[in-house]
Amino acid sequence: MNPSEHAVLAEDLQKRYGRRNNVKHALDGFDLAVPTGTVHGLLGPNGAGKTTAVRVLATLLRPDGGRATVGGYDIATQPRLVRRQIGFTGQYAAVDEILTGRQNLEMFGKLFHVDRRTARARATELLEQFELVDAGDKQVRGYSGGMRRRLDLASSMILAPRVLFLDEPTTGLDPRSRSEVWSSVRSLVQSGTTVILTTQYLDEADQLADRIAVIDSGRKIADDTPDALKRAIGGDQIEVVVSRAEDLPAAERVIARVSGAEPESDIETLRVSGPVSDRVAALTEVARTLQEDGTEVVDIGLRRPTLDEVFLRLTGNRAGREAADGEASTIRGERDRGGPSEQSGDSGESKEAAAV
Amino acid sequence: MSTTTESESAARRGGSKGTASGGAVVLPPLDGPERRLYWAFADCATIVRRDLTHLVKQPANIAWQLGSPIIFVLLFVFVFGSAMEVGGGLDYKTFAMPGMFAMTMAFGFMNTALSVVIDKERGVTDRFRSMPMAPSAVVTGRGISDVIQAGLDLAVLALIALAIGWRSDGGLAATLAAFGLLLLLRFALIWIGVLLGLVVPNQEAAGNLFALAFPFGMLSSVFTPPSMMPDWLGTIAVWNPVSSTANAIRELFGQASPALGDSWVEQNAMLMAIVWPLIITAIFLPLAVRKYQSLSR
Ligand SMILES: Nc1ncnc2c1ncn2[C@@H]1O[C@H](COP(=O)(O)OP(=O)(O)OP(=O)(O)O)[C@@H](O)[C@H]1O
Ligand SMILES: [Mg+2]
Repeated sequence: MNPSEHAVLAEDLQKRYGRRNNVKHALDGFDLAVPTGTVHGLLGPNGAGKTTAVRVLATLLRPDGGRATVGGYDIATQPRLVRRQIGFTGQYAAVDEILTGRQNLEMFGKLFHVDRRTARARATELLEQFELVDAGDKQVRGYSGGMRRRLDLASSMILAPRVLFLDEPTTGLDPRSRSEVWSSVRSLVQSGTTVILTTQYLDEADQLADRIAVIDSGRKIADDTPDALKRAIGGDQIEVVVSRAEDLPAAERVIARVSGAEPESDIETLRVSGPVSDRVAALTEVARTLQEDGTEVVDIGLRRPTLDEVFLRLTGNRAGREAADGEASTIRGERDRGGPSEQSGDSGESKEAAAV
Repeated sequence: MSTTTESESAARRGGSKGTASGGAVVLPPLDGPERRLYWAFADCATIVRRDLTHLVKQPANIAWQLGSPIIFVLLFVFVFGSAMEVGGGLDYKTFAMPGMFAMTMAFGFMNTALSVVIDKERGVTDRFRSMPMAPSAVVTGRGISDVIQAGLDLAVLALIALAIGWRSDGGLAATLAAFGLLLLLRFALIWIGVLLGLVVPNQEAAGNLFALAFPFGMLSSVFTPPSMMPDWLGTIAVWNPVSSTANAIRELFGQASPALGDSWVEQNAMLMAIVWPLIITAIFLPLAVRKYQSLSR
């Protein structure tokens, strides 16, 4: 892999917290390769190590092992050069409460070594872009959570950074603010910025990310396009909702014939579904047959599994494992770090599943 | 890994990405080593401006910070003062006022620690650390603005002292030198404050630092001559940097305590009032900057 094609390249990153008898492997052999100009989503359950990964890459945390380059520079030996390339928005809004929104942006602009006039103009632009014009000259401590968050994001976009790290950028935002953030991110990507984005929202990853890395227990367990991840856990489903319970058997018969598999049906919602391979043919066939039979259909459609399902499938095994051995962190702490055999049981399987 | 990537997802996101248009990555200027020093000062000035804005926008804080010295003045001078005998016919007010100046400076490191921990908790420190600014600027900027604030504190205290009848018996130059020594002590303690602010986990914990500040300020010659303390306590008090500053400024105010012992540190208070702050700075400034750079929260 060539660093110039990859805005971020991380190999075998390690980060441990705690002391000898209670070590927590926040990063445990974390790899990541992000092609320049793309958006990479980092997805994972709480405590998976997303924040740690982003903080290590943004030079805020020193890794205990492994290597990484950001914008072509080594995070360990050339942190100053890395900082020139990046924008960083942490998990919690990092703005000055006492200053006004405008003063915040002007201050950060100056600290990016932009001249005063440009810093002023840029602050005005960003206040407009993030709909903070009215609040711009008020102290931040009176801002709502969403306003703070938007100011925080604006602060990391004062220059168009080569690589932008966003740690849960829309957590706590209302839907409109979220889509504003998304469009700001998209316009930065248009200007050539590479974005690494952690998120709890699967639709956010789906909307923004070219690729998604699923992280669990400090390592990557899958890395693919959203579509490929969805495809990996099962293909498309055809779904029919009938109006009366009596019609369920008829719908089941058709779907069973077309999909060649046992359909699932739910008497509560009057919904029947089954896997299909040839999407369009299946849809036409089912629709035609049902119409000919005179079955009253409320809804018919094709459905691809959601990222939620992918996510739960990939990381779900962890919940089971933790319940089974109770003190998961202690056990992880005691074993020699990152023996490949240890992990292959669960995550190896998931990786295979994801790569089908 | 699958390879059906770019075209597919670009299509999925529709026109929003489409073909890249306009704009370009804009990076901050790349500076050679000779510009480093310039930016160290420029960034420091930016930070000082910000810290002073905080000061101006929160006048209540100043009142709050001066609250405890004022209460101490009232307590010691007017309540215990009548029962206090410092010897040599020196009235207690004259003895205690310089002590109170020194103690206010000594307690000042808690303000520094508090400002630092608030920035750390709010994530502002992280934002600074992820930026290409001079890494020293946050720490040095904090130092300069805290000294400015300490100057304000001293001015207010001096007015109060004048109001209750305290006067400097030294000349103008000596009096100004005394205030200079006070600021020097405060300056040295900034680095301890920064370090503590970076080490403690949160604001509540920073509040507990008072348990540290209290003996540091009080186990000294500020309110009682060490010669009147039990031996071991007296020895600690004599070697306390706060005592050196307090004794030195009393000398400069022309009000040297008659109860001054004849140990070497007490006899060389003026020298030690300069040496102690330098030692403290030499140890804690590098520690504070290093801790700031390697923060791992
Ligand atoms: N300063 C620290 N000291 C000790 N343990 C830590 C520290 N920071 C993080 N951890 C641990 O490291 C692990 C990874 O944390 P991290 O914050 O990276 O997770 P995350 O994926 O960002 O989670 P979330 O979705 O909750 O933000 C967690 O188990 C956490 O408890
Ligand atoms: Mg996190």
